[in-house]
Amino acid sequence: MSELALEKKLKVTSIGKFRELGLLVFIILLSVLVQLRNPNFLTLENINDLIKNTAILSILTVGMMLVIVTRGIDLSIGSTVALSGMISALAVSANPDIHPLVAMLIGTLIGTVCGAILGLLVSKAGILPIIATLGMMNAYRGLTFMISGGRWVSAHQMPASFKGIATGSLLGINILIFIAIIIYIIFYYFVNHTRTGRQIYAVGSNPESAKISGINTVKILWMVYTIMGALAGLAGVLWVSKFASAQGDTAMGYEMNVIAACVLGGVNISGGSGKISGIILGSLLLGIINNALPLINVSPFWQQAIQGVIILVAVIVNALVKRNVDRKNLMRRKI
Amino acid sequence: MEKRSIAAHKEFNLKSFFFQWEWMLVLMLIIINIVNASLSPYYLNFRSLIDATMTFLDKAFIVLPMAFVIILGDIDISVASTVALSSVVMAVSYNNLGLPMELAVIICLVVGTICGLINGLLITKFKELSAVIVTLSTMIIYRGIAYIILEDQASGKFPSWFSFFGWGYVGGIPFILIAFAVFAVIFSMLLHKTTFGRRVYAIGSNITASRFSGVQVDKIKVIIFTMTGFMSAVTALFLTSRMGSTRPNVATGYELDVIAMVVLGGVSTTGGKGRIIGTILSIFVIGLLRYGLGLKNVPAQALLVIIGLLLIFAVMIPNIKINTAKVRKLHKTEA
Repeated sequence: MSELALEKKLKVTSIGKFRELGLLVFIILLSVLVQLRNPNFLTLENINDLIKNTAILSILTVGMMLVIVTRGIDLSIGSTVALSGMISALAVSANPDIHPLVAMLIGTLIGTVCGAILGLLVSKAGILPIIATLGMMNAYRGLTFMISGGRWVSAHQMPASFKGIATGSLLGINILIFIAIIIYIIFYYFVNHTRTGRQIYAVGSNPESAKISGINTVKILWMVYTIMGALAGLAGVLWVSKFASAQGDTAMGYEMNVIAACVLGGVNISGGSGKISGIILGSLLLGIINNALPLINVSPFWQQAIQGVIILVAVIVNALVKRNVDRKNLMRRKI
Repeated sequence: MEKRSIAAHKEFNLKSFFFQWEWMLVLMLIIINIVNASLSPYYLNFRSLIDATMTFLDKAFIVLPMAFVIILGDIDISVASTVALSSVVMAVSYNNLGLPMELAVIICLVVGTICGLINGLLITKFKELSAVIVTLSTMIIYRGIAYIILEDQASGKFPSWFSFFGWGYVGGIPFILIAFAVFAVIFSMLLHKTTFGRRVYAIGSNITASRFSGVQVDKIKVIIFTMTGFMSAVTALFLTSRMGSTRPNVATGYELDVIAMVVLGGVSTTGGKGRIIGTILSIFVIGLLRYGLGLKNVPAQALLVIIGLLLIFAVMIPNIKINTAKVRKLHKTEA
């Protein structure tokens, strides 16, 4: 009897694990298929490119995961990326001898302020995240246009040191990838091994009991949106440095990609669960799709629809897997 | 706890009659009109006022069903993409497939309705998925399909009678205004005078209780999302007719405007509260505000900021009211 129960238990956990393993298998399968169509896909150069292009997405995905874990959503990050990118680009074009690190700090700071305002609206004023972020998305976007006066900051206005953030390398690794790795290490430790990190999950899985057990839910919510803002601010500087241009419509709609990466990575959209390892795979998968579609001659106009379908399928599969797990749990309870 | 009632007939009370959100909107409307009139001597002229309404009424058609969606406690952010897709399909079936325009118009309405139906079915079949994530992914998909169909081209050259929708007059009154008035009456009758409407409020106040009391929650949800799709197609008709051509990126950002109008109209984002009359007033508040700021040559980007902030303040004010009421109650019980 106990053996049977144990067997059932194993099955249940394996379904939970199935997600990431399935994702990994899917990524490998996809890579092989693309490789068969275009042998340039799995070259060292292209893989390096792919990861470099995914770095910014994956940085944003970390913040978005925290937000979604608390049952929220942040639609404003595309605008935050644009605003912080624009301001830091204007700053470096006005004073070319600013150290790139200072530029990154400026961007992060602006993002932090944007995120803190949003966090205040969500946690203190109790506005639904979707409404608050939809509103601020437009406010920040408008601000970006107003600050720049509708003009672009283009490559020749930026000093080489600033553009070097995206092209340079540290310890043999591209700086963008380097920053992403550091952020992932920090946040892996933060969400898994610190008290505050675990409290985020507690707030997400059951806000009422989290409150009753003495967690300051307002503080946690505020912090989560501020972290998201800070990461978006940093990503803004990296974005502008990578594309060597800051525009009013930078990263417009990019929040969808970030949410997609989270959802693909198994972050439960109704809150409470999500893993760092999952979102690495999620953003990698999205990066592979973006990189591979042009390589196998898919028209760029198809990309948006394909991405949308993938998100939808991912959330539906997620829901079905969860249903299955719940049913298994119920069956186990019967015995 | 705030007392919620879904009774159709409330006792008349002079104080509560005047302390309604709608009066606040009327006040805002008067202020905006006074400001606008002082900005331009030609503003307070029947002809120009009527023509002003033509500039913003196209999206007002979506506001009506969106009020239903938000009263349900859901949200639909795919409406702008539905507008784009049905508009693009209509243009292509007339210009490229050579179908008669009458048929193309019907196809437009059918496409919009199907888009809404898909949203509704997905939301009710997969209850684990929130309306936010479903409509987020269909938003990307519908817009993506529009891009697949038309790539980056514009499609115009409609027969001359088609411009009647956007520019025509019937007895000196714009056709769009008449059409809107008809739909507004239909929707407010539906919400306030039928059992269907009462059920919508019931679902928004307490979905579990309504399910147990025999309300067919799923059916009503599907109907409302389908209605939203249909009305998005109606908007597509008027918008395309006004602009004379269409592109896949048409109506971007409409979802924000529509949601802002509904929320400013006093519909609670937590569901169960709100009236059509409020949303109609807020359509005119936002529309005339835009028009007036346009007269003053305020750039479109500043408008983004204003609308975004307006949305947030509109949601915040009722929250503050509830909070102060709670605090007052607490003080009373302590004393």
